[in-house]
Amino acid sequence: MTQPPPATLARDEGHLVSEAKAGNYSAFEELVNRYEKKIYRLGMNITGNREDAEDVLQDAFLKAFEHLPDFREDSRFYTWIVRIAVNEALMKLRKRRSSREVPIQDSEDENGEVVVREFADWKPNPEQQFAQSELERILQGAANSLPPGFRTVFYLRDVEGLSTEETAELLDLTVGAVKARLFRARLRLREELSKIFKRG
Amino acid sequence: MRLVNCNKAIKEICGYLDGELDPELKHTLEAHLTYCNHCHAVYDSTKKTIELYCDGKLFSLPDEVHTRLHEALKRKLQGHT
Repeated sequence: MTQPPPATLARDEGHLVSEAKAGNYSAFEELVNRYEKKIYRLGMNITGNREDAEDVLQDAFLKAFEHLPDFREDSRFYTWIVRIAVNEALMKLRKRRSSREVPIQDSEDENGEVVVREFADWKPNPEQQFAQSELERILQGAANSLPPGFRTVFYLRDVEGLSTEETAELLDLTVGAVKARLFRARLRLREELSKIFKRG
Repeated sequence: MRLVNCNKAIKEICGYLDGELDPELKHTLEAHLTYCNHCHAVYDSTKKTIELYCDGKLFSLPDEVHTRLHEALKRKLQGHT
């Protein structure tokens, strides 16, 4: 992760993992309580719907519980559970691939260059102008306009804070491909949101 | 280095947001953003886009989802013992 946790938190996490491996279920439950919100959000961001996000959450922690004895602790538990959850989310997407997958070409010209159409400034503080549920609907709608592979890169890099290299490794992409997808994902999301948040 | 046009500036906005531009290009882009309202709007709203998705209050975990997760884990635990 780009922003490592404070050393005390990492030590504490290591202790919980050791306890959980020794059969202390409360320790595992503490790890779940610590990260379930983030893993659910990961599922929401990558799969784009609540049912799949819940499946991702459950499957990821159930797998982590089952494979905990195999966890070598050469990375943080959190990194490990994120990796499991991303794989679960991508599997979900593969299972229902396509009709919902929208090409991204409409934001590119004939040379493959990204075309920016919305140049207006945004109204200040859009997050304060919409109810939380409405804002979630807007952001989810914009995210769903991206192909899942682009959405996943955006989520891992910009929301989760993984480095370009970590994202590339996790998704089995080149560093160049991650950068290209991130660039297009950011501009496409901005373009979609500008339709709603622009002034005037 | 001189930015030729807004397309070039927009291509560099991501690198700028990530702090990856070399000092000369960074300086040139910043100069462009001070006089080009269009590119500044793109920069500003791209930054805001990222901030909106990073808001920790988004997609909060519903209580019933939390409950079902812990029930599923307990069932798994009982299966193990």
